Amino acid sequence: MSASPWKRRRFLSAGVSSAAATFSGCRRNQNPWRFFTLEEAFLVEQICQQLIPADQDAGGREAGVVNYIDRQLAGFHSRQQNLYRRGLVRVDEIARAMFQDRFTSLASERQVAVLEEAETKETAFFNAILAHAMQGFYGDPRHGGNRDYASWRMLGVPPRPVRGRQQYDLTRGRG
Amino acid sequence: MALERVNAVVVGSGAGGGIVAKELAQAGLRVVLLERGSWVTAYDCRKDDLRNQRTTVLGNAFGPDDERHPRVVVDESGRERTLRASEPGYHNNAGCVGGGTASYGAMAWRFMEKDFRMRSTYGAVPGSTLEDWPLSYADLEPYYEKAEWEIGVSGDDAGNVFRAPRRRPLPMPPLPPNRECQVLRPAALRLGLHPFDIPMLRNSVPYNGRPACMRCRWCVGFACEVDAKCGTQNTVIPAALKTGNCELRCDCVAGQVLLDERGRAAGVAYFDARGRYREQPADLVVVSCAAIESARLLLNSRSRLFPKGLGNRHDWVGRNLQGHTYPRAAGLFDFELYDDQGPGAGIAVCDYNHGNPGLAGGGMLANEFIRLPYQFVAQVPRSAGRWGRGHKEFMRKWYRRSMSVMGPVQEMPMFDSRVEVDPVVKDHWGIPVARLSGGKHPHTLEVARYMAGKAEAWLKEAGAIHTWTVVPGPGLSGGQHQAGTCRMGGDPRTSVVNRYCQVHDVDNVFVIDGSVHVTNGGFNPVLTIMALAYYASAHLVKTWKGTRMRS
Repeated sequence: MSASPWKRRRFLSAGVSSAAATFSGCRRNQNPWRFFTLEEAFLVEQICQQLIPADQDAGGREAGVVNYIDRQLAGFHSRQQNLYRRGLVRVDEIARAMFQDRFTSLASERQVAVLEEAETKETAFFNAILAHAMQGFYGDPRHGGNRDYASWRMLGVPPRPVRGRQQYDLTRGRG
Repeated sequence: MALERVNAVVVGSGAGGGIVAKELAQAGLRVVLLERGSWVTAYDCRKDDLRNQRTTVLGNAFGPDDERHPRVVVDESGRERTLRASEPGYHNNAGCVGGGTASYGAMAWRFMEKDFRMRSTYGAVPGSTLEDWPLSYADLEPYYEKAEWEIGVSGDDAGNVFRAPRRRPLPMPPLPPNRECQVLRPAALRLGLHPFDIPMLRNSVPYNGRPACMRCRWCVGFACEVDAKCGTQNTVIPAALKTGNCELRCDCVAGQVLLDERGRAAGVAYFDARGRYREQPADLVVVSCAAIESARLLLNSRSRLFPKGLGNRHDWVGRNLQGHTYPRAAGLFDFELYDDQGPGAGIAVCDYNHGNPGLAGGGMLANEFIRLPYQFVAQVPRSAGRWGRGHKEFMRKWYRRSMSVMGPVQEMPMFDSRVEVDPVVKDHWGIPVARLSGGKHPHTLEVARYMAGKAEAWLKEAGAIHTWTVVPGPGLSGGQHQAGTCRMGGDPRTSVVNRYCQVHDVDNVFVIDGSVHVTNGGFNPVLTIMALAYYASAHLVKTWKGTRMRS
């Protein structure tokens, strides 16, 4: 596999994200998220970075998983908005009960401990955010996650081939 | 305004209905083909890992939609839930032109001779309604062949010493083996098994005016980008339309089969794409909506003569809902197996379909279709953790160095695994929805555990350094292989249709899809549904006299 398709894609996606930045800058509301508050988005990003930590490869944060989740909560997964709102509050409550501080201020090992607690105590929310984090990290980049094909590079899966479509006339030779 | 009378209304344009529409239209009958979904073409292939027929976390790509098609499902503990169409447990097949054939993996199996004689072969199984089919493999053989050549099948089953006799070889050679197949074949031979190239409804060479497979990894669950996968939507349905005798009406939802005062079908009532109530008068009606929706349509067709639903005088409509139980073995290897060559599945053995000591039936075993990265997430064993460093490390280390062998275990039919119509919940159009309940027979799970062990042994022989097995739970089967709900049989008291798929009580209503399967074989059922559709159509055309059946 040559590196060229990746280069072209990086260039394309850079163009897209700068366009998005310009767009969000124009809006009166400075919060760029569709569903989350700024605080919630930061918390979700930190949770996702523990669910899929960065190492030699990108983690949940670098892959833009929070962007995927935000987009789906404002769209297909909108039924789960309340589950998230309440669940995120609960995660902070667990963090305070265990370590007397909010989740985002805790060191990495403590964040893991809080999430292990949430996994058993806030099962519905934890399962939802875990599923969404995996979707946003390993799923198709078109839905807002897996930025720059981060997970597919990690796994060594080639990008989508740009071939096939409209290579022939569908109206000929059928039936 | 009444619609103009036609000879036949076919409800559902999937594997069964598409073929029936074409056969009737070519025989000169005027046909209306109703489809609840839309026409998805190669241009609509989106290669979307999160929204396709297999992974529906962002919705059903091939219908039905979440908003208008609820179902009620009762689980083993009696808990009742109303599900949206993309939710797990809904047992969706598909809702689009071509039905499941627009997005399937496209394995093209002929059942074996014993699959039609399960009761005679294995005797009664307590708690199961196991029975023989009223027809034999020999009756269907010419129609299997017709399906293979008209729809298009590639592969080579010459190495399958267990296969039932065939008169003609497959029309296309197999695709070249991918790396998994290359590793599994010698391992199978060392074990004394009989591996061969899986027959697939997929062009390996240009065929029927469409190109060959380009071997991408978005195959099972997706519409083919180059139209190399052969379904009814790109073969028989265009042929039916070409005759000028068939009109396809998309986005039309059938509510009931209309009956006249003598109890014969008079047409179909449906809601068109704009939501208007319509009645389409017809001389005969063919129900081809797949096992769950076909049963629902019959049960919703109540009248004075059939207060419990059309063809349901003896309470057999909706019974014996079955699919396949898929045991799986996974193996990790110290060398790379992933070569990004779709469709992935390519090699199978039929050594365990029958003759397993002390067991009734079995199933074929094959390697898996390519797992997309998101699909692999759920296959990570619990020992590696559900999340965090361990999970990610497992994904990175093993995604390209693992494979799975799995197979569809032939299920023991259960009278109480069934489709009813829900007394309360209605769909967008006010039609009572399907209500599913029941589970698997314990023997089915016993066979599944046995098969998982055989799959694991194959992987070990292939060099796996670590293996494990996954056997499904006791819950209801159905899904894309759904079958059995309008059983075919000779006795009207214990079946719904006769051997020609004709409803016992009403001679101008036919059920032509997987519903009529008495048992579902240890194979993906689509080629059998296609063969049955050709077989039943041939009989229908032969007995057709102007505007009625010859009695």
